[in-house]
Amino acid sequence: METITNTMHGRKDKKRKIFTLSVLAALIVLIFLISMNTGVIRLSPLEVIKTLFGGGTDKQELVLFEFRLPRIVISLLIGAGLAISGCVMQGISRNELADPGILGINAGAGLMVMLFISFFPSTTAAPVYLLPVLALIGASLTAALICVLAYKKNQGFKPTGLLLTGIAVAAGISAAMIVLTLRLSPEKYQFVATWLAGSIWGSSWKYVLALLPWILVLLPFVMYKAQVMNVLNLGEPMATGLGASVTREQLKLLAAAVGLAASCVAVSGGIGFVGLIAPHLSRRLVGAKHQLLLPVTALVGALLVITADTLGRWIIQPSEIPTGIVVAVIGAPYFLYLLSRSRA
Amino acid sequence: MSANTSNPSLTNSKIHVTLKGRPWAATLILTGGVAALVLGIALSISLGAADIDLRNVWEAVFFFNPDVTEHQIIQELRLPRVLGGAMVGACFAVSGAIMQGMTRNPLADSGLLGLNAGAGFAIALCFSFFPGLPYMYLILFSFLGAGLGAVLVYGVSSMAKGGLTPVRLVLAGAALSALLSALSEGIALYFQVGQDMAFWYAGGTAGIKWVHLKIMLPWIVAAILGAIALSRSITMLSLGDEIARGLGQRTGLVKLAGTVIVLVLAGAAVSVVGAVGFVGLMIPHVTRKLVGVDYRLIIPCSAVLGSLLVVIADLAARMVNPPYETPVGAIIALIGVPFFLYLARKERREL
Repeated sequence: METITNTMHGRKDKKRKIFTLSVLAALIVLIFLISMNTGVIRLSPLEVIKTLFGGGTDKQELVLFEFRLPRIVISLLIGAGLAISGCVMQGISRNELADPGILGINAGAGLMVMLFISFFPSTTAAPVYLLPVLALIGASLTAALICVLAYKKNQGFKPTGLLLTGIAVAAGISAAMIVLTLRLSPEKYQFVATWLAGSIWGSSWKYVLALLPWILVLLPFVMYKAQVMNVLNLGEPMATGLGASVTREQLKLLAAAVGLAASCVAVSGGIGFVGLIAPHLSRRLVGAKHQLLLPVTALVGALLVITADTLGRWIIQPSEIPTGIVVAVIGAPYFLYLLSRSRA
Repeated sequence: MSANTSNPSLTNSKIHVTLKGRPWAATLILTGGVAALVLGIALSISLGAADIDLRNVWEAVFFFNPDVTEHQIIQELRLPRVLGGAMVGACFAVSGAIMQGMTRNPLADSGLLGLNAGAGFAIALCFSFFPGLPYMYLILFSFLGAGLGAVLVYGVSSMAKGGLTPVRLVLAGAALSALLSALSEGIALYFQVGQDMAFWYAGGTAGIKWVHLKIMLPWIVAAILGAIALSRSITMLSLGDEIARGLGQRTGLVKLAGTVIVLVLAGAAVSVVGAVGFVGLMIPHVTRKLVGVDYRLIIPCSAVLGSLLVVIADLAARMVNPPYETPVGAIIALIGVPFFLYLARKERREL
């Protein structure tokens, strides 16, 4: 009897899974097309499709392939990366309010990028590939600092301690950043200000190339660990009982999450809340099993950022609103809503 | 820490010992603090891009001669700036003290609870929709904005199961601040008042003019006098609602009056210097350590120490990286963050 219900359940699950994934994919394609014809130079959907298949004018090709397409690809990658990073952090801390932004990881990555920008000219090609590495160093240092500060003898980590420490560290880092910005030349200041607001500034193919390896390595690694995350979700005693070496798995996953967040932040600047919202929405959609939750989270995150980026370019043409602002305007109320329902 | 967490900032055993406070410590702080404040103000006036010796400062203040450039610098730029800084410091510190006393939340502070961000948002709206609005009205919007921030943060945190815990308030405050500053930035971009906003945000104490002080002063004086008048009731509230009610207090009324005072103080301060955090967090804690838990002593002492902190931080902000100005808020945050971490760690079990 049990097996029958299980398989029936499984079949229903599979249907639901395929349905959810295809709806999300369709939405992404739709926004993708809208995003392709949004901007100062307007292109009709037909022109976009024509150009994509090689039938456009030189100007249309330039706009699409050199400006819009890389930016859209980057939005998708960042969205997926940040969302998965948040999902992992929530999974291992078993705290539904964890997110690389709230925990101060973004701020740490940002500080490092900013230090680099203030002391080196960033016009050459090499730094582009260096930025994710630097951001990773900054993010890891911050993560380590937060862990050290929040650790309490005999009690280990407590979710609230981690969150409060993260908020404080983020506040300290942003104060340090304000001090640093004042030493910058006007052009660099402009760049940093936009960067901090979470604008997808690296909108060319070389940034895609800089970001892609990180995503390609870390996303599959996290997906591969889905079963481990399910076990960790049961709580430490249970997980240990089931034979998982909890601390080591937690550290591996945390490292992956920090790497994802850092490489995304290096290209996108301070985009917060994606890592918070996407996993939550996905859990609503497909439940807490990570085999399904992780891919859905990645899609939801990608959808969120590409939508925010498109909206940001559309609202006040010809100028644009940084994506981070749009995401915060959507994300913060959702966070407050979650908070009002939480028991933490 | 005792099991009874009616007031996380003090232990049960301490209540009996220190409830009366330490008037002698308070007297020492008030006299010493005021003396240090006067010295700090004098130094702050004399040091800067153009160094002016103290004798000149004395003359500029008491025997003002409009023909002397140095006197003009002092009268027009430095004096309003340093006096404004002192006023703002008192505002943030007293508002923090009242909040911590009323809510019995050791992490309460106008910055952490979203009041500063709310006031900043209201000011962004004013810059966008009513450009050139006189400061007299700007300050009113600032009060309203602070109120909006407070209502949202308290509303959201109190809706949750388990009610208003300090952690929840801080989290709600952080999220709301992120939202409101994103909205302010977006609006500023849309209406292309980014430059004005940036000036106001980064301006810190540098933008303070006599006209600000003139309009701010009556509000602040009234609010601080109100706070002092209310201080006895706040001491009772800080023991817990039940005890306060048992002692015959009308807690609802006291809380309402206290909230209005907090909004006026935080709103006025933010409208002049932008969102400076952590003063209201640190000063009341330090003061409580020094004078005990009687708010009749805490409130005036907090005012003096808060002024001192901002005046010194402002001086430091000008000396760190001359000729550039470092925003005073950043300097205070660099001191305030470790303090917050310390508190969060210490109070963790109660949170």
